[in-house]
Amino acid sequence: MEKFTRLTTVAAPLPQENIDTDQIIPARFLKTIQRTGLGKHLFADQRYDEQGNEKPDFVLNKPAYRKAGILITLDNLGCGSSREHAPWALQDFGIRCVIAPSIADIFHSNCFKNGLLPIRLPLEICETLMDDARQGENARLTVDLEKQQIVRPDGETIPFDVDPFWRHNLLEGLDNISQTLLREGEIEQFEQRANRAWIPSTQGENS
Amino acid sequence: MHKPSSPRTLYDKIWDDHVVLTLEDGTCLLYIDRHLLHEVTSPQAFEGLRAAGRPVRRPGATFAVADHNVPTSDRSLPIEDQQSRLQIETLERNVEEFGVPYFPLLSRKQGIAHVVGPEQGISLPGMTIVCGDSHTSTHGALGSLAFGIGTSEVEHVLATQTLLQKRAKNMLVRVEGQIGPGVTAKDIMLAIIGRTGTAGGTGYVIEYAGSAVRALDMAGRMTLCNMSIEAGARAGMVAPDETTFAYVKGRSYAPKGEAFEQAVAYWQSLRSDDGAHYDKEVFLDAAEIKPSLTWGTSPEDVMSIDGRVPSPDEATDSARAERIRRTLSYMGLEAGQKLAGTPVDAVFIGSCTNSRIEDLRAAAAIVQNRKVVPSVRAMVVPGSGLVRQQAEAEGLDKIFRDAGFEWREAGCSMCLGMNPDKLETQQRCASTSNRNFEGRQGPQGRTHLCSPSMAAAAAVTGTLCDVRELMEGAR
Repeated sequence: MEKFTRLTTVAAPLPQENIDTDQIIPARFLKTIQRTGLGKHLFADQRYDEQGNEKPDFVLNKPAYRKAGILITLDNLGCGSSREHAPWALQDFGIRCVIAPSIADIFHSNCFKNGLLPIRLPLEICETLMDDARQGENARLTVDLEKQQIVRPDGETIPFDVDPFWRHNLLEGLDNISQTLLREGEIEQFEQRANRAWIPSTQGENS
Repeated sequence: MHKPSSPRTLYDKIWDDHVVLTLEDGTCLLYIDRHLLHEVTSPQAFEGLRAAGRPVRRPGATFAVADHNVPTSDRSLPIEDQQSRLQIETLERNVEEFGVPYFPLLSRKQGIAHVVGPEQGISLPGMTIVCGDSHTSTHGALGSLAFGIGTSEVEHVLATQTLLQKRAKNMLVRVEGQIGPGVTAKDIMLAIIGRTGTAGGTGYVIEYAGSAVRALDMAGRMTLCNMSIEAGARAGMVAPDETTFAYVKGRSYAPKGEAFEQAVAYWQSLRSDDGAHYDKEVFLDAAEIKPSLTWGTSPEDVMSIDGRVPSPDEATDSARAERIRRTLSYMGLEAGQKLAGTPVDAVFIGSCTNSRIEDLRAAAAIVQNRKVVPSVRAMVVPGSGLVRQQAEAEGLDKIFRDAGFEWREAGCSMCLGMNPDKLETQQRCASTSNRNFEGRQGPQGRTHLCSPSMAAAAAVTGTLCDVRELMEGAR
């Protein structure tokens, strides 16, 4: 996984509630067997018209935000489908951090697994940051995971909470699977427990 | 986190029984008993295993079936959409290479993972069950802890049979009393989501309880748990009882004989203790719930069929007013209008929410001796080949076909429009599925979520309508 330490970039404001993962990437673009190249489908229904032309009003189509690295939204970001294609599409577009007053659970965890930092902050603070973001290219935000703070364009710092487990993983760019496999002995012991004897195998019907 | 003596919830008990180890910060390594795979969210996970030279740790705890983008037309023909075909062929190659059990497309046992799992007894009470799909919460109806995961987690489970997880909070949703005629599990769940909102369950696992939940059959309980994610909760569950045990007994992959008795003895301990703590409680009176449907583009946009859609003028703040305005415009509705009488272009009966035999029976009861209005495209997509077969044995297919419904093969179909079953621009659909998001059933499509009988009523009247008006003695 790609490390996340400190990021200074333009933030794109998208003041909508309940942005579901179908909005982030519609189902018709999930017919891929790869993780890469999904950035062009990010927010496809909001970003393009029926002929596939960019809608100039959509934030990510505006010149100032075409290279945005942060996305700021309103409540319940990433609700709905568990598709990891959503963080893959954000990541492929160049977004490394999402900020919202609330973020749906599965999307939240999918972000961490892809080196994309999800930050939950109170609505008022999100609105302040969104106002900063509205200033476009001249107003860069810095997200510092080490110090757990966001630095506004005027230098003011805003602290944020992050799960210590995922903070460590992001800072180090750790591969969870390798780490878990170090605990294989404990997993095997668990599987031998007597109270698990009733659990059948899926390899063949029981008679 | 819990002293052994303190009262625990159903969720706490299943969680505690699956913790392999706890890290310093409270993150747990949770053992996974069942892992269901489908073609859309697994290819990248298998690719990861291959790149690292890792095997599937326990193929005997894993099961695969293609459902999301399978065609629901004639299965003997090749799949026309090349990308869909590649995804399904990739799944077939992966299950072969990694030794994962699989129901092929031409098997009668193929179907939607969340219908197939319980139907086959692959999903059982007391288990931890995951799948790369948010509606995995469905299996919680059996009294299991079941939740959706992303593809990275799919790979983690394939490689280690575990997941890194933090314990969620407990929410109790209690529904007491008796539901009226024409009211179903779907209406109960829509009412619940209308109350909690789509983010109300974020961070929680929901336990559904109360006499109205106890009275539901397993299909109804699955409908409830299925849409837990629409309330924001990753998992929903119902404590296993005699209804559950009778449902599980004799299923192909369920334990048999002595092992079944041993299992039941354990399952009987899986109920919340008296005095167990819930971080949030919601209460609903079943008698107050009416046949319901959604008017907007979020599952929380719920109203009863005799109500009126909201107006931006009623909104308490400007953001809310703006959202109502935008939603009404997308849905092609006027502020304050009734939904009853609004013409529909399509009716979809299917999806992991409502495609079981009980759902098809309820819909057929309304359709019998009636015709689909000619301007409406109506389809029934059974949840599995076995549901389809059972419906045909009962003559339900004939009722649907004679009325003018398309009778299709099993799959996710128009719930998410990945296969050719899609709404056209601005078409209005009465749908038994779970999400009414913008573009979900096809770009610019307009979805009204409702029960199978309400969808059937829309097909035969050509408009959204109160199913009770078509039911003898219901009013």
